[in-house]
Amino acid sequence: MVETFDKRDVISEVISLGATVLLLTVLSTAYLATRGQDKNGVAWMFAGSALAGLLSGIVLALFVLTTTLIDMRGVFINVKPSLISLLTLKQENLTLGIVYLIGTSTVTGLVGAVLYRTPGRVRQALLIAFLCVLTLGVMQELLRVTFSNIGFLAQLIKSLYEKNGLSVIGAAGIFIVTFTLTLVWSFAQSPVQARIAGLSSRGQFILKSSVFLLLFAALFFIPKALDNIYIGEVLANVGLFILMGLGLNIVVGFAGLLDLGYVAFFAIGAYTVGVLTSPERGGTLNFWEALPFAIAIAVLFGFILGIPVLKIRGDYLAIVTMGFGEIIRILVLSDFLRPWLGGAGGIVGIPKAEILGFQFAGPIEIYYIILIGIFIVVFLAIRLKDSRLGRAWMAIREDEDVAQAMGINLVWTKLIAFAIGASFAGISGAIFATKLSTIYPQSFKFDVSINVLALLILGGMGSIPGVIIGALMVVGLPELFREFEDFRFLVYGAALVVMMQLRPEGLWPETLHMRELHHEHAPPEPASTDSIPAN
Amino acid sequence: MSMLEVQNIHTYYDNIHALKGISLNVNEGEIVTLIGANGAGKSTTLKTISGLTKPREGAVRLHGNPLHTLPAHKIVEQGIIMVPEGRRVFGVLTVSENLEMGAFARNDKQAIAQDLEKVYSLFPRLKERRNQLAGTLSGGEQQMLATGRGLMGRPRVLLLDEPSMGLAPVLVDLIFDTIQQLHKQGTTILLVEQNARMALQVADRGYVLQSGEIVLSDSAENLRANESVQKAYLGIS
Repeated sequence: MVETFDKRDVISEVISLGATVLLLTVLSTAYLATRGQDKNGVAWMFAGSALAGLLSGIVLALFVLTTTLIDMRGVFINVKPSLISLLTLKQENLTLGIVYLIGTSTVTGLVGAVLYRTPGRVRQALLIAFLCVLTLGVMQELLRVTFSNIGFLAQLIKSLYEKNGLSVIGAAGIFIVTFTLTLVWSFAQSPVQARIAGLSSRGQFILKSSVFLLLFAALFFIPKALDNIYIGEVLANVGLFILMGLGLNIVVGFAGLLDLGYVAFFAIGAYTVGVLTSPERGGTLNFWEALPFAIAIAVLFGFILGIPVLKIRGDYLAIVTMGFGEIIRILVLSDFLRPWLGGAGGIVGIPKAEILGFQFAGPIEIYYIILIGIFIVVFLAIRLKDSRLGRAWMAIREDEDVAQAMGINLVWTKLIAFAIGASFAGISGAIFATKLSTIYPQSFKFDVSINVLALLILGGMGSIPGVIIGALMVVGLPELFREFEDFRFLVYGAALVVMMQLRPEGLWPETLHMRELHHEHAPPEPASTDSIPAN
Repeated sequence: MSMLEVQNIHTYYDNIHALKGISLNVNEGEIVTLIGANGAGKSTTLKTISGLTKPREGAVRLHGNPLHTLPAHKIVEQGIIMVPEGRRVFGVLTVSENLEMGAFARNDKQAIAQDLEKVYSLFPRLKERRNQLAGTLSGGEQQMLATGRGLMGRPRVLLLDEPSMGLAPVLVDLIFDTIQQLHKQGTTILLVEQNARMALQVADRGYVLQSGEIVLSDSAENLRANESVQKAYLGIS
């Protein structure tokens, strides 16, 4: 781990990712220590943050010293010379290294205090600029490969980077540009929003539809222009998870029915297409003919799952649905169904989708099928949410008994949520089957259900744009940082913890949930009126 | 014939025999109250009428048509609307959204809008706060909202479950004033209350429930005068 982080320079020859992470830790410690200390005066605050930095440095120095005395590698395999070299800032002489380490930590601590004193806008802009430099610094390989087809961008990228990491000038340039832009936007944001709110409804409609069209055009043309199979693959995977996320969002986000076996419907969609289309299994249909069957069978199983769990709530529901997910996977794997579903060997030779002789063979072509699927499903999800059914789902999510007393048909409302949720996963599974041409039971394990749920939580439960953001974060980002794949779950776990502390409602939350978690934003209640009768 | 007729219902929670043959009736325009101690089966009676629990024996009829065979949401469509115990408003919705949810089973838009105005005129406080989140209302206001939400369903019979529970005395008075006001407007009400004193003041008739059985039924006036009722429920000895 240390090597991977140390080898990768954020700024070529200046600072490595490992050093950045180290300094960042010290910085956040000092920042947190400073928080709330300024009431005792500025001097105290600076002293406090310097002390926090100094202490962090001393702790690290003690650690370095300990390693020279005791060999800890039997237990901590990562305590290698490379780690010590990183901690002593690459000094040959240990004493000098430790002095450097403590000194740098103290200075970093002071920077934390300075950061605390800077106005919020500037701090935010600094943070965003820093994150941009960090991200771009790490993404060198990826960017170079991605934009190799587009002349001027390839040129730009070449000029920003040196052989390992950003060039100093490149990093400074990126920092200044993003800092300025963020700062300007922080001032312009509210006037612009006010202008938009002030537009006539016609104007707003034109604005919204042009943004939508631009977005669509970008999503449509960019992958083609890049013509990069890797990017196509990543986008296609994200898209499949968006489709599933939109479906699970109906079940969990809208109707509040916690389903941990959602992968079952994905599997059902995939296997239906496999069985019906693969010549090896005697399938004779093409993808488009099999798709409606995949959806219909997923819906059918949605009902089948729904019926036994109608009376089960909360945690118990989660356990039962988890069982359902496993049952489907085990059935698919079983010898009993082997003649039809192929057991552990799965189904091979699933043909590609075709329209008028055009074959959707590569990931980029499949991406277009997925894109169109997403547009249809997003449209349906938005319409459902605002419908009578959507309100019924909201009501049973908030209070099942009251919903029933309101005249909501619990049985039907729940079943239809499971069925619609299942249908979206069925579509996703169907496309997955034709995308890979081969499906194995191993592709439908429990972690798919968990990933879909995680992307919902990350994006914001019940929020349709949240699903898209969430899928990009949970599925897209790890793909882009393949280099750090081994630490995927480390970062993932940390990100979830930080997220739940800072934005428990998700990255792009649904308004209802925002209300729930941020009561302070609710209109202030007029002074206590309980003691005064109404008239 | 009575409007709402409950005939010898037996309700069980698994093996617990909660209602042991309850019979009662409510006439159009009446306020009828069910009083009794904790666990006597008052709420279960309301739940059985509204279909949330099903009776194992017996019948519930509205104008002679059986209700106990219908699922809960169909019973709501028949105009049997329950305001549940403990208010249970949708905290994340605004006051007006909560009221709209009350009209879920209806689709007559114009009449719904009229009823909304009626509820607002009955509870001016709700109108003032129509855009406020229900979860941020005080207990009394939430009870008003829960009652208003019930009224939005155009009840033929309104079932009120412990409307005074957990409210300050001055608010209890307010809630009972409202019940009387509804009564004057002709709403038929079946009221379940622990506060027997208040309930018997507004009601026309009353039933006394004890361990799942009706032990006494009479006009509210007579019940107020009844010695054992006074002893057990009114705190007069």
